[in-house]
Amino acid sequence: MVCRAARELRDGEVVFVGIGLPNLACNLARHRHAPNLVLIYESGAVGATPERLPVSIGDPSLVQNSLAVCPMTDVFYLYLQGGRIDVGFLQGAQIDRFGNLNTTVVGDYQKPKVRLPGSGGACEIAINAQKVVVIAPQSRRSFPARVDFITSPGHVDGAGARGRRGMPGRGPVMVITDLAVYGFTDGEMTLESLHPGVTLEQVRQNLGWEPRVAAQVATTDPPHAEELRIIREELDPGHLYI
Amino acid sequence: MRDAIARFVNDGDTVVIEGFTHLISFAAGHEIIRQKKRDLVLCRLTPDLVYEQMIGAGCARKLVFSWAGNPGAGPLYGLRRAVEEGVPRPLEIEEYSHFGMVARFAAGAARLPFLPLRSYLGSDLPKVNPLIREVECPYTGERLATVPALNPDVTIVHVQRADAEGNAQIWGLLGVQKEAAFAARDVIVVAEEIVLQSVVRSDPNRTLIPGFIVKAVVHEPFGCHPSFAQGYYDRDNDFYVAWRDIGKDRARFESWLDEWVYGVADRAEYAAKMGERRAALQARVELSAPVNYGY
Repeated sequence: MVCRAARELRDGEVVFVGIGLPNLACNLARHRHAPNLVLIYESGAVGATPERLPVSIGDPSLVQNSLAVCPMTDVFYLYLQGGRIDVGFLQGAQIDRFGNLNTTVVGDYQKPKVRLPGSGGACEIAINAQKVVVIAPQSRRSFPARVDFITSPGHVDGAGARGRRGMPGRGPVMVITDLAVYGFTDGEMTLESLHPGVTLEQVRQNLGWEPRVAAQVATTDPPHAEELRIIREELDPGHLYI
Repeated sequence: MRDAIARFVNDGDTVVIEGFTHLISFAAGHEIIRQKKRDLVLCRLTPDLVYEQMIGAGCARKLVFSWAGNPGAGPLYGLRRAVEEGVPRPLEIEEYSHFGMVARFAAGAARLPFLPLRSYLGSDLPKVNPLIREVECPYTGERLATVPALNPDVTIVHVQRADAEGNAQIWGLLGVQKEAAFAARDVIVVAEEIVLQSVVRSDPNRTLIPGFIVKAVVHEPFGCHPSFAQGYYDRDNDFYVAWRDIGKDRARFESWLDEWVYGVADRAEYAAKMGERRAALQARVELSAPVNYGY
């Protein structure tokens, strides 16, 4: 999941790094095939090159040797809203068929079954980044047909919804799970590749709706030995993330 | 610290202790707990452990925030306890996104009633927070989200160095401290080091907050632990991870509070009690290239 996500990032792109697994995937990409990837963290680090995997997105290792460190007003007004972010890389607790993300509550907002941390910068990243890539472990509970709460809008209720609301970015273009990779057709998640050994039936069992399936479903290229070595030896030797 | 909190933080005040992961004044939070301030409206992007501790100690009636978790280490159980069970007392919440909170401070600092931003449209956040509204742009006609200004009664910021007048210099993650300070009625600057004004004047680009908006200056080395101060000490990630279990259990939380907040007179005593752990967090030296201000 992390390796496949990392490969989605191109050298030279400017990526807004969300909390959690995106942090690992972005640093893997930077170590492996995209040394000129510009990592921007909401804490204000621009062009960060953390020598240890940051535990939080406000770690001191993001500061040392970065290109710039700016106030958060600059992060949001100039970098993000200014259209300078190529890819917003997010993780969601819940995601639905239109790529809407929920990190606020499971259940009713006033009487939640589970209270989650909230938006952080995710809502505006989802709206303003040129495109959004989402990484999320897949289960029926975490992939409902409709999220309980839209924290960060994807394609809201289908094609054209973002344009009607004046959202500058294209929204989610890819969702990478531990089972499969999805693209979007008319604003709706579309199965594009299955990880090696995973069946379509397994994907259906772990999805809250009947998925659109691309005409040609590929098999995801599995993690390469070098990617695994970088994660295990260089990035996350303490198994903080994996 | 004792005098600054006693004089400038009153029951019922809207209080901001800012610092995004970096430079969080736990020392001020603990002093507020020791002085048993009550009914505070606490505002911060990330409540972090500092507000969880203050809320758990019964200081707050309301929390205004945009991301409530233990950064890198899971949920804030004590905060959930306050919201869901009203323990130790009921807590009202008002929720934004980071950009929303940043814009609120920026509007407050600029003494504007609100600021527009491209966020929220399509999100459910405005449905649960009626203060997130929309406006039609008078020039283009497009719809933009708005958030109201936030003007705290008091903002407390921890800085690496300041002079005796409160001219305050920060490097590393800058968060939203400048805006939060300018938005406030009263500003308390807490500093790792108090330096001569000539030191500040030797590098004026690094000054974030001018002394003339500052009401009190406090010298408090190691005042951010378990948060960090770039160039002074590292983030105590082990503490953040350990907090998961302390925060989860009300009895453990109370005994932690008894030992590390009520059980010490001030930050100096807390720092001494940390012993060797403090030394282990000591920052290594990585100096920047000097710049020439000559002309």
